[in-house]
Parts: sequence; structure tokens; C-alpha cells
Amino acid sequence: MTISFFFDVGLAVLILGVGTSTIIVRSAFAAVIAFVVYGLLLAIAWVRLSAVDVALTEAAIGGGMTGMLLLGAVARLRLAKVEETRMSLPACLVAGVSCALVAAGLATAVLLPPAVVPTLAPMVMENLAQSGLGNPVAGVLFVYRALDTLLEKVVVLLALLGVWSLAPDSAWGGMPGLRVYAQPNSTLTFLAQLMPPLGIVVGIYMCWVGAKDPGGAFQGGAVLAAMWLLVMIAGLERPPSISHPWLRLSLVIGPAIFLAIGLAGFVLANAFLAYPSGYAKPMIVAVEVVLTLSIAVALGMLAAGPPERVRQQ
Amino acid sequence: MTLGLDIFTIAAVSAGALFFLAGTVGLLRFPDALTRLHAVTKVDNLGLGFVVLGLLPQTNGPFGALKLVSIWLLVQLSGAIVTQLIAGAVRQHGPRG
Repeated sequence: MTISFFFDVGLAVLILGVGTSTIIVRSAFAAVIAFVVYGLLLAIAWVRLSAVDVALTEAAIGGGMTGMLLLGAVARLRLAKVEETRMSLPACLVAGVSCALVAAGLATAVLLPPAVVPTLAPMVMENLAQSGLGNPVAGVLFVYRALDTLLEKVVVLLALLGVWSLAPDSAWGGMPGLRVYAQPNSTLTFLAQLMPPLGIVVGIYMCWVGAKDPGGAFQGGAVLAAMWLLVMIAGLERPPSISHPWLRLSLVIGPAIFLAIGLAGFVLANAFLAYPSGYAKPMIVAVEVVLTLSIAVALGMLAAGPPERVRQQ
Repeated sequence: MTLGLDIFTIAAVSAGALFFLAGTVGLLRFPDALTRLHAVTKVDNLGLGFVVLGLLPQTNGPFGALKLVSIWLLVQLSGAIVTQLIAGAVRQHGPRG
């Protein structure tokens, strides 16, 4: 019975409480705020489990970025004056039963683990030195499960295409409207002038230490995206048109270089996504750098939403 | 020496916790949005300030201390600005807007 035990129990109770309130509250805005708080609490829980990489991702993507997307959705719904529709009873029942089944499955997996928990962790730690990386999470992401990581980045681009395809025909190729988030305001402008230098340094640092310590492309990219969005929302910089060649290039350059290095693996190391020995670390760091750029731009444009108007020349 | 520093830590962190408690009570009990914001900003400034001050002697080296102080400064900045933005929105649209 140490103090950390009480902390953990308190944290778990708090997470369950906030999670429940996300579902129960009636107003969509309050639910989104509860969801963001839930994400931040979950990040603390991951730190307590010594999974700092996951904690950073949860705070940046789960709490921050998803929260921002949901807030944008709520604001757009408000503008569109959609009347509240209630789900029919059978739909509610199906949703409830499915959720209960998932929860029961997870509970069984967590509460009744097999006698010997299957794990590849010792093998990862044993062979990590070969890749030159110091962070086992980065090792798994870029060496052992590189294909998953590559596809994950492509999924982000597909999601962005999904958002863009919501644009009306007349606005295709135009720029996203960020007015749903905030009116230009001198306080916001001040923040947008003060924060980006700090945030950009932190974002680049997170990407750079990813090879050795917790951090990486997704976390760093999310911080950079947040800075970019701050500047755009404060009205200091206009969002780019989605047809802008530089925008499209920076979106695809990360996955494209990752794929190119993966294909080069056929020639240099006899397998797709394999790295020639001795060059693994520099190649992985290079991939991480371009991925950070692509992720930052993709996340920023995702939150900025579909294009709304064509820029006046 | 260490004992003195430990006592200082305990005293300062407890003072910080007291401000957090007071801020939370204010958040729950104050009548409208502006007074509630007032209560919450005290927690940012003084509560977290005392906690950081109390933890300073426990850090390993000046870099740890610098990190703690910068976290406090960043929270101060974001807290102050978000409070201004919320208060501005309340003045413009009313508490339900």
C-alpha cells in the first residue's frame, strides 16, 4: 500500500468517471471536452505503465488532434443548424450490445491472461543493437513492423482525401475555411506569435530523439501541426489551397521516400523494407524526418477541413 | 541539509495543493463563468507555482529545474490566454453562446 498505489487507483477511477461522462452528457460540446480530458488522463496512465511513447501519442493525437477534429465537427454542426436526430431503439441496442461485447472481450484478455504471456519483447531487445536505434518502440515501428508503419501513414493521407472529397465542386482546389474555430482576436494573435518558435523546436526535438528515446514522427508531427493550425486560426497566415503543388508534395514526400527506401531494400538487402547493415539508423532517421513533415501537413489540413472557397487571384 | 530541503518541498507542495483545492471549490461554487475563470487562474498561477517551487530542490541538476520552470511558464501562458479567450466569448455571446 504505497502512495503510488492510491494514485493509480484514483487515476483509474477518474478515467472511468470521465469516460462515462463522455457518453452520458447530452451536449456534444461538453462530450468533446470530456473526451479531451479523458485522453490526457489516459496519457498519464500510459506514463504510469512506463509506455512513454504511447503516452506522448495519446496526448498529441488522442487528446489533442482528435479533440480538435471533434470540436471542428461540433462547430460545423452548429453552423449547419442540423436538428437533433435520435437513434432508433434497435440501432441503440445493436450499438450497446457491440460495445458490451468488445468490453467483455478486452476484460477477458486483461483479467484472464494465459499462463505464459506470449511476447517478442526479449527478441526485440536482443537484436535492437543491430539497427543502431536506442528506442525499442522506434525499432519495432521502423525495423520489425515497418510495413504497418508505412501503411499507417498512407491511411492518414486517405483520411485527408476523405475530408477533401466533402468539398462542393465549386470550391475544389480552394482553401479550407477555419472560421469555425475562432474569430480573429488580438489575444489569439499574441499566442500565435509567441508559441510557434517554442513549438517548432519541441516538435523537431521530439522527431529527432525518437530514434533513441521516447518520441518520434507522429508526436513531433502533431506538435508542428498544432503550431501551424494556431498560426492559421489566428489569421496570421492563410491556409494553403489544396491544389497547391508544394502542399501536395509535402503530403506525399514522407510515405514516398519510405516506400522508395523499402523498394531499395530489394536491391540492397534482399527484402522489401530491409535496410542494408550499418546504414539502418541514418536511413530510419531520414525516413522519420520526411514523415514528420508529411504528418504535420496532413494533420494540419485534416483539422483545417474541406476547402470552402477558391482563393481570389 | 537534505532534511531542510525535504521539509521545504513538503511545505511548498502542500501550499500548492491548498490552492488547487481552493480553486476547485471556487470552480464548483462560484455563480457565473467569469468568477469561475478567476478561481481557475489562481490554480494555474499560484497552485502550480508552489508545486514547481517545492519540486525544484528534488530535481537532478539545473536542466531538470529549468524544465519544471518552463512547464510552469507554458501553463501560465496558455492558462492566461485561454482564460482571456473564454472571457471574451462570454462577454460577446453571453454564458450560453
